[in-house]
Amino acid sequence: MKLPFALFVGLTLGASLCQAADGDAGKGAQIYQRCLACHSLEHNRSGPRHCGLFGRPAAAVPDFTYSQALKSAGLTWDAATLDRFLENPLKAVPGTRMAYAGVKNAQERADLIAYLKQATHDPAKCPQGSSH
Amino acid sequence: MSSITPQASMTTPARRSFLSGFGKFTLSATAIALLAGRDRLALIGSAEAKAAGNDVTILNAALAAEQEAIAAYQVGASSGLLQKPVLDLAVQFQGHHKEHATALATTVKKLGGTPVAAKAKYTFPVEKLKTQADVLGFAAELERGAVSAYLGAIPILDDRELAKVAASILGDEAMHWAVLRQALGQPPVPSAFVS
Repeated sequence: MKLPFALFVGLTLGASLCQAADGDAGKGAQIYQRCLACHSLEHNRSGPRHCGLFGRPAAAVPDFTYSQALKSAGLTWDAATLDRFLENPLKAVPGTRMAYAGVKNAQERADLIAYLKQATHDPAKCPQGSSH
Repeated sequence: MSSITPQASMTTPARRSFLSGFGKFTLSATAIALLAGRDRLALIGSAEAKAAGNDVTILNAALAAEQEAIAAYQVGASSGLLQKPVLDLAVQFQGHHKEHATALATTVKKLGGTPVAAKAKYTFPVEKLKTQADVLGFAAELERGAVSAYLGAIPILDDRELAKVAASILGDEAMHWAVLRQALGQPPVPSAFVS
């Protein structure tokens, strides 16, 4: 009985982790509103624009001035690196100028990342030329 | 311990509040030196220098967002799209952001840091601002984001006195957001909690 129970626990845990990893872009759009004092999709603000985010090396928007810490971080933005950074930016990249405690809830991060993925691939939100 | 230095209109109550609690705390060496006007000296060789540097980074991030908000309200006020009394409201809110920016910059200097300069040019989605409601909606987005930005900054400020004043700015931004939502015909306070 122990093995099936362990298997059940493992499958349940695995399923819940998968659920956390599957973000809801609709909910993520609401969470993205928290970012709007410093970021937008299309334009640089006090933080860099998000169009073109996925697959872009960190600190690579050409017309934005980054911290040395982010320049040296050696990150390329994907779901995994974003998840780690968004959880606690100052811990992930000490010295970053993104002075924000982070999005602590894993599901919220997954939702936010799902929204960013969807929005940054939407030509209506990220027209040509805004992704570099 | 240190404090964000408000402009004259805000100075008296904050100072009175600080002084009323003066005897209740044991002031750190940093705080004593700051109060004595030896700001930079207070940080040299101090174990608190790192913490102050962290707070400078956070305050500078807030300052950059405040400067952008000032510029955004200027765009709105100059757009010709805002009618009185909404225009007066926008100018008043811009004034609040100017006060926040002045206080933040002064405090960054007191902590031995260099306040970030306002950008020479900001890019806003002006092509999408065609009506008063568009401008109000854009301003509401910024204010809503500012609430979250301060909410995300307060827990990581090392100096709890700075956190307290940052919270008072958060309250002001939240009021701006609520008033703008009301002006847009939206429920002014959409939920019991903000995040």
